[in-house]
Amino acid sequence: MITVDNLSKNFLLHILGEKRIEACRAVSFRVPPGGFLGLSGPSGTGKSTVLKCLYRTYLPTGGAIRYDSAAWGPVDLATLPDRAVIDLRHREMGYVSQFLKVIPRVSALDVVMEPILTRNGVSREAARQRATRLLEQLRIPRHLFDAYPATFSGGEQQRVNIARAVSWKPRLLLLDEPTASLDRGSVEIVLDILKEMRGEGTTMIGIFHDTALLESVTDSVYSIC
Amino acid sequence: MEPLIRVRGLSKRFGPGCDRCLDSTGPEHDTNVCPHCDSVTACSDLSFDLFPDEALGIVGESGSGKSTLVRLLHFEWEASGGSMELHRGGAAALWPEIFADQDQFSANLLTMSQFQKRQIRNALMGIVYQNPHLGLRMQVSSGGNIAERLLGAGWRNIAGMRERAAELLERTEIPVRRMDEPPCNFSGGMQQRVQIAKALSNKPLILLLDEVTTGLDLSVQARVLDLIRNLRREFKLSMLVVSHDLGVVNLLCQRTMVLKSGRVVEEGLTDQILQDPQHRYTQLLVASQL
Ligand SMILES: Nc1ncnc2c1ncn2[C@@H]1O[C@H](COP(=O)(O)OP(=O)(O)OP(=O)(O)O)[C@@H](O)[C@H]1O
Ligand SMILES: [Mg+2]
Ligand SMILES: [Zn+2]
Repeated sequence: MITVDNLSKNFLLHILGEKRIEACRAVSFRVPPGGFLGLSGPSGTGKSTVLKCLYRTYLPTGGAIRYDSAAWGPVDLATLPDRAVIDLRHREMGYVSQFLKVIPRVSALDVVMEPILTRNGVSREAARQRATRLLEQLRIPRHLFDAYPATFSGGEQQRVNIARAVSWKPRLLLLDEPTASLDRGSVEIVLDILKEMRGEGTTMIGIFHDTALLESVTDSVYSIC
Repeated sequence: MEPLIRVRGLSKRFGPGCDRCLDSTGPEHDTNVCPHCDSVTACSDLSFDLFPDEALGIVGESGSGKSTLVRLLHFEWEASGGSMELHRGGAAALWPEIFADQDQFSANLLTMSQFQKRQIRNALMGIVYQNPHLGLRMQVSSGGNIAERLLGAGWRNIAGMRERAAELLERTEIPVRRMDEPPCNFSGGMQQRVQIAKALSNKPLILLLDEVTTGLDLSVQARVLDLIRNLRREFKLSMLVVSHDLGVVNLLCQRTMVLKSGRVVEEGLTDQILQDPQHRYTQLLVASQL
């Protein structure tokens, strides 16, 4: 489904006297359809960088990211034109970061409904039901559904974030420490949701701080060092 | 998917110009003024596509050429060079004469007659200026401002125009009972919303937004931005969002183009521009905003 070949990313900081930072190099791995790959390695070794290159928030410096897209067939995400990346993000690629990128002044329920409405072509009512079910499953108190997530606790924000990312059932899901600020109970719930998604065929690549967790949810691990 | 409009090599020079203008201006020289002839290269060689239902961000410091770009696309200023072409879809039915046989794109709109440009502008474009005095007649009622725009687009029925004006003012959160008041009675945020109502009245395919929230209080800015975000979802139009505020394009646009001294220095996905800026100038812009 996805084959990363000799991926590297350098940052050239012109405004800091042309400082060059090597964020990752010679990263190669492959994930079969429906597979779940974990990325591990000490802090600062470039795990998040790899995910951001896959999502194209970072422009890779070298290497290839071959992805068998449903919409366009095989593509190289490292060099795909911007418009095509936008299209794939819309149709099939999801990304969850550790922090919720809050859309200001939009309620938690709407935050989760929005991708369902714009991507799944279902009725408002169906979208509302799915979003409600997810928020309930993730134990977001009902009275927060119509409040703005900007004021939520870290753990609540993160759960809304996860709900938004999985709600529309992306085909490929990139997860950067999605459980970092959650308590044990919430972590279990998130893992259940991820299992459910895998049952439906979603391919995943994830970073988890907790090694035991990493081993238990993924079916292979690529270590970066 | 095909672009709605295709812009190539768009340039605007003020002054006589000389053959050293282009080599003596631009980001590397940090100026758009030619030291040899004092001409200003307000923008040079801008090329981009605007797609249906897309919001494209244009960022850059003041003087980088953002507003020039808008004025050229809106046919307010004559371009010194370059082209703007319209995709056949939809438009060919309205103006068959501007499409050669089987071509997907029209002839260059920038070199058409004033009459033809006016027709195209009235049917396809809406504009919202930073300064409401440019977009509104301050002494004419808000409803009258919108009616004027509708007249330009060929509407003739008075009752119909009044109804459309009321509908738009309501949609942009201006109390309809105030539609007979002139915009000079309104606050800055309300004036911007009347401008937006006016711009949308002819159901444009392209909305040009030039620093629409600059100078407004933060809470008022938020309300105008929310309105634009919702309208975009509802009307499915293409927008060119010009702003010096990266927060605005981050909120509204998936793609962004960065201008500096009249040139494009970088373009990309908005999150990439913000998190992995490539050009020195973009890095400076991002660093100074966060
Ligand atoms: N946008 C950026 N600009 C400049 N340098 C960056 C940028 N993003 C990451 N880096 C640098 O690249 C290196 C790898 O960072 P990255 O965030 O990928 O590490 P990580 O393995 O995810 O670490 P952690 O486990 O702490 O999250 C670090 O030195 C980081 O400072
Ligand atoms: Mg990280
Ligand atoms: Zn000159």
